[in-house]
Amino acid sequence: MDARDALKALEATGVAGRAAGDGDEVAGVRPRWVALPESAEEIAAVMRVCAAHDLAAVATGGGTKLHWGAPPDRCDVLVDLCCMNRVLEHAAGDLVVRAQAGVTVEALARALAEGGQELALDVPVPCTTVGGLLATGIAGPRRFRYGTARDLLIGVTVVLADGTIAKSGGKVVKNVAGYDLGKLFTGSYGTLGIIADATFRLHPLPAARAWVTFTVERPVTETVEPYVYEGRTLDTTSFEAAAALHAVIPAVTESPLEPSAVEVDWPDVAGPCTVAVLVEGAAAAERAKALCGLVGDATGGVVQVSEEPPPWWGRLPEPPGPDEPPGPEGRAADGGEILLEVRNVPYRLAGSFVEPFCAARTADVRAAVRGSLASHVFHVALPPDTEPGRVAGFTGVLRDDMEADGEGRVVVLAAPPEAARRLDRWGRVGALPLMRRVKERFDPDRRLSPGRFIGGIW
Amino acid sequence: MSELERLTARLAAVLPPDAVITDPVRLRTYECDGLTVHRATPGVVVLPGTAEEIAAVVRLCGEHGVPFVARGSGTGLSGGALPRTDGVLIVTSRMRRIVEIDIPNRRAVVEPGVTNLAITEAVRDRGYYYAPDPSSQQVCSIGGNVAENSGGAHCLKYGFTVNHVLAAEIVTPDGEIVELSAQDPGYDLLGAFVGSEGTLGIATKITVRLSRAPEAVTTLLAAFTGIEAGGHAVSAIIAAGVVPAAIEMMDALAIEAAEAAVHCRYPAGAGAVLVVELDGPRAEVEHQFAEVERICHESGAFEIRVAASAEERAAIWKGRKSAFAAVGRISPAYIVQDGVVPRTALPRVLAGIDRLQEEYGIRVANVFHAGDGNLHPLVLFDDSVPGEAERAEAVSGRILDLCVEHGGSITGEHGVGVDKARYMPRMFTEDDLDTMQLVRCAFDPRGLANPGKIFPTPRLCGEAPGVRRGAHPLVEAGLAEQF
Repeated sequence: MDARDALKALEATGVAGRAAGDGDEVAGVRPRWVALPESAEEIAAVMRVCAAHDLAAVATGGGTKLHWGAPPDRCDVLVDLCCMNRVLEHAAGDLVVRAQAGVTVEALARALAEGGQELALDVPVPCTTVGGLLATGIAGPRRFRYGTARDLLIGVTVVLADGTIAKSGGKVVKNVAGYDLGKLFTGSYGTLGIIADATFRLHPLPAARAWVTFTVERPVTETVEPYVYEGRTLDTTSFEAAAALHAVIPAVTESPLEPSAVEVDWPDVAGPCTVAVLVEGAAAAERAKALCGLVGDATGGVVQVSEEPPPWWGRLPEPPGPDEPPGPEGRAADGGEILLEVRNVPYRLAGSFVEPFCAARTADVRAAVRGSLASHVFHVALPPDTEPGRVAGFTGVLRDDMEADGEGRVVVLAAPPEAARRLDRWGRVGALPLMRRVKERFDPDRRLSPGRFIGGIW
Repeated sequence: MSELERLTARLAAVLPPDAVITDPVRLRTYECDGLTVHRATPGVVVLPGTAEEIAAVVRLCGEHGVPFVARGSGTGLSGGALPRTDGVLIVTSRMRRIVEIDIPNRRAVVEPGVTNLAITEAVRDRGYYYAPDPSSQQVCSIGGNVAENSGGAHCLKYGFTVNHVLAAEIVTPDGEIVELSAQDPGYDLLGAFVGSEGTLGIATKITVRLSRAPEAVTTLLAAFTGIEAGGHAVSAIIAAGVVPAAIEMMDALAIEAAEAAVHCRYPAGAGAVLVVELDGPRAEVEHQFAEVERICHESGAFEIRVAASAEERAAIWKGRKSAFAAVGRISPAYIVQDGVVPRTALPRVLAGIDRLQEEYGIRVANVFHAGDGNLHPLVLFDDSVPGEAERAEAVSGRILDLCVEHGGSITGEHGVGVDKARYMPRMFTEDDLDTMQLVRCAFDPRGLANPGKIFPTPRLCGEAPGVRRGAHPLVEAGLAEQF
């Protein structure tokens, strides 16, 4: 490739751009150029140049999760969608919004609140853009009630590796015309195309919200019992989730009071945890009171009700350790972040507590856990200075336990390169050959975020 | 000997003897689905009992280059299960086991031939149900629901099949058995598969989410003198921040038909009725009910009935649920249309439908899921009157144009199938359709899974997108039709 020809061609598109700098690195890989398109057509023009000159491209929005996923095998052009920051249409009467990919969730929320509505996704990373939330498929507490981005996305415009602009879905919620490309692009980490704009179904802002919270001092209990083996008496230790959790969580999630979310915050798996239950809508206060009774009876402990969320609500966990105070955004925004996503099933509630606890003990690391006890999706943060071998050890033990019966999953969203080299980011993946074939059709020359996704296969 | 005959001769090796149908009389019973205007006698019908048997049949189809079509209960309304005369029809009616009910994990694992309602019936005693409720739920199969991404009256609040399927074991067009799971990292192939109308493979085992039965359900019927007032009430309810489980509307002609068929005794003189169902925690439902009742009065409802019991609720729904079949009482023939418009465009689109009725001299009864703008106009005609069927067809097509012009969709729940493939270019560009077909090419490069459905122009998976000169090769080979 002749870099000068490629640069000339990029300039000839008329799309704003600049040479890449230190702050433009994608998981440690520095691109050559940054393109700043202002429309789907401009993205397409950049992609056509990339196709003609075999340049690899990575899309970015707020850049808040650019260090997630594996480093790209190559990256020539960073397609920065920051200029595509318009809310294109908020049809309040239809409970629908169409926004460009570079709109942040905060800006979107402000625009929607004017019409008394919201996108019912509690995106847990501040300054995430619409494109970024779709590319990573990240969601927060109310996934239990409203689902995740895939469930609320009703239309999408994407630009493919060859510059084709394509849309699917539309601006009505009920629509089964054609394949739903939005679902395919949600969580695809920019490997199939670049999302230019998206249309979501909205919900009315709830009339009222109330949070019911309680603390469990020892979420994991330890029992030491003598065990006789070949005439010798040994001590065996068994671990179990606290009885209070067993008593409360299923009762709350299955309650006809219909909480919108049930979250746990466990700042250090060696310490206590707090559980918070959200009820929203008409009669929220009344329902919260009833939930209080339910929780109080089961735990015998102190239960609080508040109209304000706990400070940690809807955010990713901060890694434990007073030596690493959280930054203004509450998390390390650079390559130091060590963040895992754990998925489980309700029946394995005990495992959701015992397994991170035991993995942290075995690997000798400190870990913080936060996530949904209703949907059973959790995030686990380790201190950024955790020794790489221990990160791998923790991931390995946790995954062995979680995936043993085929139900749980552990994905490493972010890890420093030294740690990442020693572990498998994605774990168990079904249907991998089919996924590979989809990638081959959409991006046969591997120019979009090559190597970023699923174990570096692409 | 044709490839189909060669394949048929080999079916005995992979299926029990009674699972292969070649008798022409019996084949005829499978010639159409719920949309009877499209008919084709399948080349051969198979009734497999297991995923392995389906995989074996699909592999044989691959070896012989013979197309295959999957069929559940055959209730589809877009000809999605229209057989191929040169192909195999794979019917899942023998795969009716509920494999597992797993209440602690809020899920059930079922075979594709299990009916939608059977899941709810199996878990109702324990306080759960399966949320998507297409009006054919007593007979339609979960496999068909997955293929069509079926909705129902309650999808306004609870979403569609795709929001309630957690995993699916599928047989790919290569004949491999693959598990797609929402739990897995990677591309959301499950999301792409649901609603793909049998063109990406056949679901052989489906894990569905079970929902907690709501504490309270309130159903109300509001009668208005005209459809505008009813439409106003719908908008006001949504604007008030209420998301009912369902809001259904019927116009005077639809009411007349329902009255003739099932004597639902809706208020006399109603130009439109609205059925609103609220569900959820009792305290919330009570609050919302008061709001909805007030809005209906303010919008001009002259009578409001509230169901006080399950029987009364059933009575209110009876008229609505019978509406499709009921128009048979007031018209010799009819077309059921399925289009969607943004809710706020409802008044303009309904006015447009009125103009079409006048222009073509064709009556249209309107029944719709008003909450989500999903129209089901019933276009009435007399097929013994020369030209009337054609005029009805034209009205039906122009209603879809109205939907697209107002930013809507050509189908909200019936699917594209064979019936609406020709309308797809009204909603999507060639680039859009080519991009969708990349998914098709990834799953089914040879185009053997339910060919001729969804896409107006089949695409050969080797060709570059957008480049198409002269007649399409599949058309030249007589394997496809262009609309």
